[in-house]
Amino acid sequence: MLKYIIKRLLLSVPLVLGIVTATFFIARLAPGDPMDMYLEPQRQRQVDPEVIELMRKRYGLDQPIHVQYVTWIKNVARGDFGESFRHRRPVRDIVAEAVPYTLQLTILALLLDALFGISLGIISAVKQYTKLDKTLTVGSLIVYAIPGFWLALMLIMLFSVNLGWFPTSQTRSMNYEDLTMIGKFLDRLWHLALPVFVLGIAGAAGTARYMRNRLLEVLNEEYIVAARARGFRERTVIVKHALRNALIPIVTIYGMSLPFLLGGATIIETIFAWPGMGRLTVAAVGGRDYPIIMATTTIAALLTVLGNLLADVTYAAVDPRVSYDAPRKR
Amino acid sequence: MRRENAEPRRSPHRLRAFVPGLGHLALGHTGRGVRLMLFSVATIFLVVWRWDRFIDAFSTPFLDRWLASIFLILMLAGVIWYSLRDVGRIQQSAGEERRGKSPWAVAMRRFRENRLAVYSIYIIILFYALAILAPILTPYDPAAIPDVMANRYLPPSGDHLFGTDEFGRDLFSRALYGARVSLSIGLLAMIIAKTIGTLYGSVAAYFGGTVDNVLMRIVDVWIAFPTFYLMLMLVGVFEANIVVLVLILGLTAWPGTARFIRGEILSLKNQAFTESARAIGLPAHLIIVRHLIPSALSPVLVTAALAVAGMIGAEAGLSYLGLGIRPPTPSWGNMVAAGKDNLLNAWWVAFFPGGLLTLTLISFSLLADGLRDALDPKALMQKYV
Repeated sequence: MLKYIIKRLLLSVPLVLGIVTATFFIARLAPGDPMDMYLEPQRQRQVDPEVIELMRKRYGLDQPIHVQYVTWIKNVARGDFGESFRHRRPVRDIVAEAVPYTLQLTILALLLDALFGISLGIISAVKQYTKLDKTLTVGSLIVYAIPGFWLALMLIMLFSVNLGWFPTSQTRSMNYEDLTMIGKFLDRLWHLALPVFVLGIAGAAGTARYMRNRLLEVLNEEYIVAARARGFRERTVIVKHALRNALIPIVTIYGMSLPFLLGGATIIETIFAWPGMGRLTVAAVGGRDYPIIMATTTIAALLTVLGNLLADVTYAAVDPRVSYDAPRKR
Repeated sequence: MRRENAEPRRSPHRLRAFVPGLGHLALGHTGRGVRLMLFSVATIFLVVWRWDRFIDAFSTPFLDRWLASIFLILMLAGVIWYSLRDVGRIQQSAGEERRGKSPWAVAMRRFRENRLAVYSIYIIILFYALAILAPILTPYDPAAIPDVMANRYLPPSGDHLFGTDEFGRDLFSRALYGARVSLSIGLLAMIIAKTIGTLYGSVAAYFGGTVDNVLMRIVDVWIAFPTFYLMLMLVGVFEANIVVLVLILGLTAWPGTARFIRGEILSLKNQAFTESARAIGLPAHLIIVRHLIPSALSPVLVTAALAVAGMIGAEAGLSYLGLGIRPPTPSWGNMVAAGKDNLLNAWWVAFFPGGLLTLTLISFSLLADGLRDALDPKALMQKYV
């Protein structure tokens, strides 16, 4: 098992290198002077040309591109993404503050996804071809298609503006500091409710569909027929026999859903004024804050790779048919 | 029932067919007849109702107005041509049901059985038609700002179906023009993504070896990025106008297709039909384009419908964030954004464009579902064999 994990880790090294490389070259594709990425063009006109030359030297922009590339790789390896020119602080610190908020949101959304998705999928499969199943199947298709930002706005309109049940935005209330421990916790949850729901519900719809199909597939297998023939109750057959096998591939689905969640979180975070990576990126794109854009994009990709890695390892751990040694062919 | 006479009957219905639907009614196909009639009456009504705009379009230098008028003429010509042909077909086969045996015909029949999918396709066609016809249909100029104080934030009414926005502009007109932007971007970006992905994936699979390895490692890296982050980054690097946005969306979304097609082609390339094509000396590019890609295409059709939805959604998301299509050009995304700060007093500003967007995305999703069921090779074989 350990050997398998190490092997998978080694296999993702070129991938990580590729990600870092791609970010560098996409940023360099920008039309115009790369200097614009360190100092906004408007400011450049105000600044003494000599100062600009000096900065060019300092950031290594006078070097040939391959030297710059190597410098970029070295810096990223040290976790140094330069300095944001909006915040005038190291990008590393800004991103480090934002990532936990995004993880909070995405992990809770994943939990919601699993809770609703798996249970609704099971209900749907067990009641195959009934009215309930059809409603759930079509309903999940519809929910899956609703754009998150519109759903978020409509929920804010209904629950926050009109009914006042949930806060419209932010991570905590004004009086947060005065609350007790439990109060603080509840306050955070209360603020998380709407964004997590919007972010998780689409994934839940997808999971429900997938779960339904998987369980139906498994229920057609011979060992299920055998279990039924031996007179087990239907409940036992489903819960003890079918479900175990049907749940295994769900793990990989979660590994793959991470990029969608992170992408969706950008808009949701912006709407709910949630100080995570997504809102940071959106603000940075609006303000042409290139060091931050490059950092968050790289980190989002690295998180995705990590998510896939975790999913693969978990899959190998729960599915006895996967052999740890043979490299899996894609 | 078999016809004794092989020669098609000369029939009095032929002439009636020139009035779309009348021929069908006479032959007893009431449903189709009424639908065809309603369609043609609606088209003629449009032409008469907006006669001056319809005619003026031909003397203006604006391509979109020109297109709208041409489209109306085509709609009319199309419905006449279709009903003529269809009446002829019904008479020829006189009662006998013609059931095609080709996989496409079978799939088509299976698709028609899925009512939700059929309604979705109607909605999609309707929306695209509305988008093309926007210059003829819209009651107001989408950009015209009338007396702001008297007209701002009017709720939905007969005069303004979707109400007005903060500048007093008619939201229904803006929503139709927004549909042009959103729907065309979605379609074009999907075509770019699927074309690149298909070619890339099939080249990788066909040549195999090092080529495959290098090409697929690039795909691995590309896929590792959360697509929306990649789009954000590209939007940040390049100044986004409509053309650039289409390219950005198309160029970020292709690797999934590439990986998928590669898998399909790998399983096809050692089959007998590929080998015989190679044996008669067909060059590689022709084998790929004429034999391999067509065989792998039907699942791509399903993902294409989903991809249009994905692209429209992505464009709307970017425009909502103020990073895609920028006002005053309306797109559904930036229209929703314009209403987001006034949900309490003017809910309609964000509701209607977002609602149209949602309806479009749902339709594409149901359409994809119908296509998946209809094109599922396993299900196809069951009915076919």
